[in-house]
This record gives sequence, structure tokens and C-alpha cells, in this order.
Amino acid sequence: MSSLLNVSSSPHIRQSDNTTGIMLDVLISLLPATVFGIVLFGYRAAILIAVCVASCLVFEFLARKLFKNQGSLLDLSAAVTGLLIALNLPPRFPVWMAIIGCFAAIVVVKQMFGGLGHNFVNPAIAARIILLISFPTHMTTYHEPFNTDAITTATPLGMEECYLSVKELLFGLHGGSIGETSVIMLAIGGIYLIIRRVISPTIPLSFIGSVGVLTLILSGNLSDAIFAMLTGGVFLGAIFMATDYVTSPTTTLGKIIFGIGCGVITVIIRSGAAAEGVSFAIIFMNLLVPHIDGITVRKPFGWEAKKQ
Amino acid sequence: MAKNKTLSYFTNGILNENPVLRLVLGTCPTLAVTTSLMNGVGMGVAATIVLVCSNVVISLLRNVIPSKVRIPAFITVIAGFVSIVQLLVKAYAPAIDASLGIFLPLIVVNCIILARAEMFASKNSVFPSLLDGLGMGVGFTVTLSLMGVIREIIGTGQIAISEEFIIPITSAVGIEPMLIFILPPGGFFVFGLLIALSNKIAERQGKKPVENAGCEGCPAKGMCENAEGCINNETEEKANG
Repeated sequence: MSSLLNVSSSPHIRQSDNTTGIMLDVLISLLPATVFGIVLFGYRAAILIAVCVASCLVFEFLARKLFKNQGSLLDLSAAVTGLLIALNLPPRFPVWMAIIGCFAAIVVVKQMFGGLGHNFVNPAIAARIILLISFPTHMTTYHEPFNTDAITTATPLGMEECYLSVKELLFGLHGGSIGETSVIMLAIGGIYLIIRRVISPTIPLSFIGSVGVLTLILSGNLSDAIFAMLTGGVFLGAIFMATDYVTSPTTTLGKIIFGIGCGVITVIIRSGAAAEGVSFAIIFMNLLVPHIDGITVRKPFGWEAKKQ
Repeated sequence: MAKNKTLSYFTNGILNENPVLRLVLGTCPTLAVTTSLMNGVGMGVAATIVLVCSNVVISLLRNVIPSKVRIPAFITVIAGFVSIVQLLVKAYAPAIDASLGIFLPLIVVNCIILARAEMFASKNSVFPSLLDGLGMGVGFTVTLSLMGVIREIIGTGQIAISEEFIIPITSAVGIEPMLIFILPPGGFFVFGLLIALSNKIAERQGKKPVENAGCEGCPAKGMCENAEGCINNETEEKANG
């Protein structure tokens, strides 16, 4: 029967959005940063990306069989998770360790909690953190771009004093994780997602903005603030991982609180505990999302608060 | 039948009522000290000695202790044995004392020991109490050792029996260890997996999964003789050490 002949209750005007379509949009938006990362770091990065995406798909397939979870079909969400994990890894990260990360993301964080829509934190962020805690040396060994020899380098955040100009930071011709270096490529993807209305700009803007503002307040130096916004995983995290539907608040006010919280925690971690704090900030705010949603419930029309 | 019943006092603690995996008692030392096999064994043996001795003494004193002050009385007995064990470990196994640290004296507030005193030893005669303590202790030790082995192999790639005697497992073939397993998150992860596994085994044996741990779902239901409601709730609240 044609879908036109279906009789159903309102709303009668529907969008054709579905999970697979949205995930495809996210994959397309990650394409510039992915291609740039492969160009920058060579075939090792390409292998890592291919392995992560493939192993996430395989784990998703096996976990669904094992847990008899029919809720989430084989949409592209596992591919997005795999790609995001790869973009969060240093270019020469050992492949078998990356597969462990994919296992943690798909099987432990996503499918054990009930599959797509039930994960309590972003699977890719969780995988990154598990790998960072498990293999700290490999996760913090970065390599020079355009160099086939294994010459290690520091990321801009890890340098004693950064000699890179703002332009260099924008283009991202420096060491770092595969997908985090080029701010321009990430921003192109973000703008695509915003135009396609896959994400709203609220979380990325409040996240990146609060990192800048708080650094400005703490250091009193504008160039430090710009540096803080353009380095590390701020753009990658703010645009692609903090905006995950499942683990971000639903209301606009909630999204602003979420974004600012991420930014503030990032700056706090960076100023003391570790060189980079984006992933820990996002996972921490992920855990607070149910409470943020609880306190930012929108008032229904005509609703009056009961007087105490 | 009588013989089987006597034996079941012992086997209960290892399988059906494994204190860690089925009763979920004593999780604090379980998560904290199982970073290695020897830590797990040391903790398990120390707790077993205290458990057996305190069960026997409390069972002997069960008609003497007034019920209103039973908890302080139990704690006093347990604390005495913990002090003895602590001094012995300090004297003869200083390495284990160093690695267990504060968790050795904290056996005083281990809820397994208090729970067995409250639920079993204070209501049964000496010999069943002895067997119960032994069974619970062996169950505790086996579980801790299992967790310790899993976490040590994955987290460090080797098994260290002593400082000199180290058996390389995955480190022998150059596989790097996953540090997270000897850190707290790994402890929770392995603990959860073992509980899931024990639930699966219990399900295979025809037991239904515990949906709501009220009096009906309580694994110690058969032992519980309190007419005024579940004694387990009260014990657990007090003994959440």
C-alpha cells in the first residue's frame, strides 16, 4: 500500500528525517576533516580510520545478535562512532588498541545499555577516555604532519610556548589527533550540519565561547583566549560530540547550560590537571544531562505554578 | 539429609550465597584491593580467619548477649580478632600488610562478617556457624582471587606471586597491558561482569533473576527467621562499610 493512502492522526505534514539520514549527514560533515587528516598524517591515519569504522560496524552487528537487541537497526550510527573514535586518536596509534576502543564504545557503552538512544554517555568520548587511561603513552604520542619518519612532536597545547600563528592554527598544519587539528575543516562540517538543521548552533557556540571567555578572564590576554579556542579538541568536541542527540539536553536553555559547563570544565582541567580536558568535560556534562533536562522543563501554555 | 544439611552450610557461601556475587556484601574491599592476585588472596584469607573466629565466638555467646546491644557486642568481638590478624600479618607478611594498607583494619566494618554474625551465628550453634564462616570466607577469597587474577593479567600483563617471583602472561608476548583494569573503573567493570556471569549461572540452574530485592527476593530468605520483617535491610544499612 502506498504511504499516501495511510490514514493516521495528526500531524499530517512530516519530514523525511530518519536516523540513517541524519547519520549520513554527520558522516558527510566529517568528510573534510577526515580527508585533511589523511593528507596530513598519511596512510597510517587512513588505516586507523578504516579499521575503526569497520570494527564498530562488526561489533554493532555482533552485539545486536548477542543482546537480541532489535531496537536499533544497522543504521550508520556505528560508522559515525567509529569515525569519531579514529579522529580522536593520534595518527600512529596501534591498531589493535583502537579496536579495543571500538569494542568499549559499541558493546560496553552503547549496546549493553540498550543500543542507540540508551547510551548514558557519548560512546566515542567514552572510548577515547578508556584508551587514554589504559594506554597513556600511546594516546599522547603525536607525530609531525607530512613526515613518514616517526618523529614525535608536541601538540600546541603541550608546548612550553606556542610559536604557531592564528593562521597556522586555523589551517591545522601541526601535530595532534587525526581529526582535531584543522579548525577550518571542522567548522565547514559544523556549518553544513547547522544548514541541514541536524544540529543547532547553541551547544558549539556556548562551548567554544565559554572556553574563550573564561580563558580571557583568567589570563587577561586576548591572544591566549583565541589560542585556547583553536587548539586541542575544542572544535571537534563542541561540534560533533557534545551535540549528540542522546547525550545532550533537549531545551535551548539546557543546551546553553550544557555548553557553558563543557567549556568551563575544559578550561579548569587545562589550567591544572592535564594538557587537554575536552573529552572529560563532555563526558562529565553527559552525565548531568538528565538533571539539566529536569530543571529546564518548558512551561506548557496556560500553566501556572501552584502557590506554596 | 542431616549430613547434606550440614554440608550445605559450607557450600552455601561458595555458590548459592556467595557473599560478593550473590549477596553483594563487602563490595568496598572487593573493589579496592583486587588490583592483584596476592592482594585478593591476602584480603580473603585475613577476612576468612576473622569470619570463622568471630562466628564461633558469637555463636558461643549468642545466649549471653542481650539483643539490644548485640551490634556493639558483635563489633567488639570482630575488632578483637581483626587486631590479632593485623598484628600477625604485620609480623609475618609485611608485604601484604603494605599493599592492603587501611583495608586490613577496615575488616572490622566488613559487612560480610557483621551480616553473618547477625543472620547466622547469633541464631545457630557452634558447628554450623563454623562451617558457615568457613564457606563464606572461602567464597569471598575465591571471588577476590578471581577478580584479582583478571585485573592483574589485563592491567599489568603478569601475575606477581612475590617481588621476585613474577609470571609474565601477556607481557611475555609483548602485548601492552590496559592500565584501566588496575584502576577503579576496571574494578567496577570486572565486578559487574562477574555478577552478570553468576546471575547467568543461577538462571541456568533454574533460579529466576532477582527483580526486586525485597524479602521475597532475598537470597538469605531461608536463613532469615525474623518475624518482624527483613533483618537483612537493617543489617545492610548498618554494615555498609
